[in-house]
Amino acid sequence: MEVLVASAIGIMTAAGMYLVLRLRTFPVILGVSLLTYAVNVFLFASGRLTVGAPPILGDATTYADPLPQALVLTAIVISFGMTAVVVMIALGSYLGSDDDLVNDPIEQEDAP
Amino acid sequence: MTHWLIAPVILPAMLAPFIVLAARYHIGIQRVFSLVGVIAMIAIAAGLSWQASDGTILIYQLGDWAAPFGIILVGDMLSTLMVLLTAVLALFVLLYAIGSGWDDRGRHFHALFQFQLMGIMGAFLTGDLFNLFVFFEVLLIASYGLMIHAGGNERLRAGVQYVLFNLLGSTLFLFALGAIYAETGTLNMADLAARADLIGADSTVGIRVAAVLLLLVFAIKAALVPLHFWLPSSYAEAPGPVAALFAIMTKVGAYAIIRVYTMVFPPDLEATAGLHDVWLQPAALLSLALGMIGVLAAKKLDRLVAFSVIGSMGMVMVAIALFTPEGIAAALYYIVHSTLAGAALFLIVDLVKSSRPSLVLRAMPPVAGAALTAGLFFAAAIAMAGLPPLSGFIGKLLILDAAYTSSWAVWIWAVVLISSLISVVGFARAGSIVFWKSNAIEADDIADDELEAPSALAYLAAGGLVALLAAHTVFAGYAHDYMIATSEQLFAPEPYISTVLDTPGKLSTSTAQDY
Repeated sequence: MEVLVASAIGIMTAAGMYLVLRLRTFPVILGVSLLTYAVNVFLFASGRLTVGAPPILGDATTYADPLPQALVLTAIVISFGMTAVVVMIALGSYLGSDDDLVNDPIEQEDAP
Repeated sequence: MTHWLIAPVILPAMLAPFIVLAARYHIGIQRVFSLVGVIAMIAIAAGLSWQASDGTILIYQLGDWAAPFGIILVGDMLSTLMVLLTAVLALFVLLYAIGSGWDDRGRHFHALFQFQLMGIMGAFLTGDLFNLFVFFEVLLIASYGLMIHAGGNERLRAGVQYVLFNLLGSTLFLFALGAIYAETGTLNMADLAARADLIGADSTVGIRVAAVLLLLVFAIKAALVPLHFWLPSSYAEAPGPVAALFAIMTKVGAYAIIRVYTMVFPPDLEATAGLHDVWLQPAALLSLALGMIGVLAAKKLDRLVAFSVIGSMGMVMVAIALFTPEGIAAALYYIVHSTLAGAALFLIVDLVKSSRPSLVLRAMPPVAGAALTAGLFFAAAIAMAGLPPLSGFIGKLLILDAAYTSSWAVWIWAVVLISSLISVVGFARAGSIVFWKSNAIEADDIADDELEAPSALAYLAAGGLVALLAAHTVFAGYAHDYMIATSEQLFAPEPYISTVLDTPGKLSTSTAQDY
């Protein structure tokens, strides 16, 4: 299970990084979302992987760490909101300037 | 336990929704509430820093849950100093935004402004790394709104870059937090400090990765080369008062580095040894050099100031990377100076912008009121470039003095002195082109009525920041004594750690047996 989760995180991060390095906002935003998925799974794994264990200290010999779950919940909400914001701003930028490039346009030299 | 410590977070958190919901269509009411809120904030911050000034560690446990299980806010000398600095800066920025009419050019300026303050205050006061992340996000999401306030194509495009860069930074922050939690099982800074010590020398790989990731995140916030690329366009395109408020945001990164790397990963911790000396110091020197060369190379006045902010952050980081009490004290003195100087310059650039068709550095016809703006620019540029008699000079002197015994001393002295010269030339060039050469040009048929003269309140706000810089110079002795005491407190973290961990509350270790 560790190998599966670790490689899933790795593949999502790699794909996310690749997309983030694109020039247009749409793939970049997709890349950022992939990265946030990767980090959410990573946060889950930071509490160690357990199957079928209750998230409370009790009679059970094994238990799941509840804190990463709370952290992931916060992280999901925040990244969801942030992605919504960046989609809106990118849309505004696209509609205003007729292209969706991320980088600055080549500067026009002002005549001296 | 006093409840005042959470007031800097609660007050704007209550005020912002009130402004959105109740005063949505009344800019006058918004202004009054925003202003009253900021003034109350200054009073609270002054009270808190007075309480903390004798070395007391103020602590607030939310819901009375004891650390490390509960969420805590901690106010020591450093936190309360930064809170006070933010509150004072916010007052002048707000006065400028009202005086220049910026707050009326888009919607929800005051609500976003208050949310921004809430995030910054929370980031300074929190004693928990995950809450640091949450407050970073609060201040960032408010800053996204402020950054694109009043709209415009260039601003939106710069906004997209700014948001994307910071989203990546946040993702990196979460990776770092996950790694730290996986290694130590806690995210409370005081608890973490106690546990990082216990990690054996043969199993430091994870914690080292986490420490470096965390340093990268804070370096993004502090705009350290080579992670500075978001800063020039976002600061240059942001509305003037917003850019001035952003002057404190780079300092949030510097604060986080000071806090985490003096307490959790101190310089003598074996696991992270060499981090500040081998990596942070060269990056800081590079930022300083690159920022000041950018000042000389900039083609527009707003970019010039943005690069001077990068340079001054480099200067702050040079002093921080020494990680000696003298170095941190010098860095703190310089942080106060560079926040005020950077904010003043952004406000002055906005004053120039309102009386000039563009900020491109070439001679344009003179306009009314330029003499006062030029005088303010002159004073703020002297401060930023670090010439006597203003506080930049004293700050630089302190940093050079603190670096005297460092192994990097030769490099630090060379880079600081040469980059100062370059920035003096850069500011002198910009100032003479914008303000002096204009007199050689005949006033032509530029429509004067398109450009409104800035109001007296706007001048008052920009002038107030310059006056604060002068005060920071005149009272440099007192200020420096306070900074020395602050950095001594930082280098003796035991009272902080024991206050956080031993203050009784629900589920505290002393009462846990009852459960």
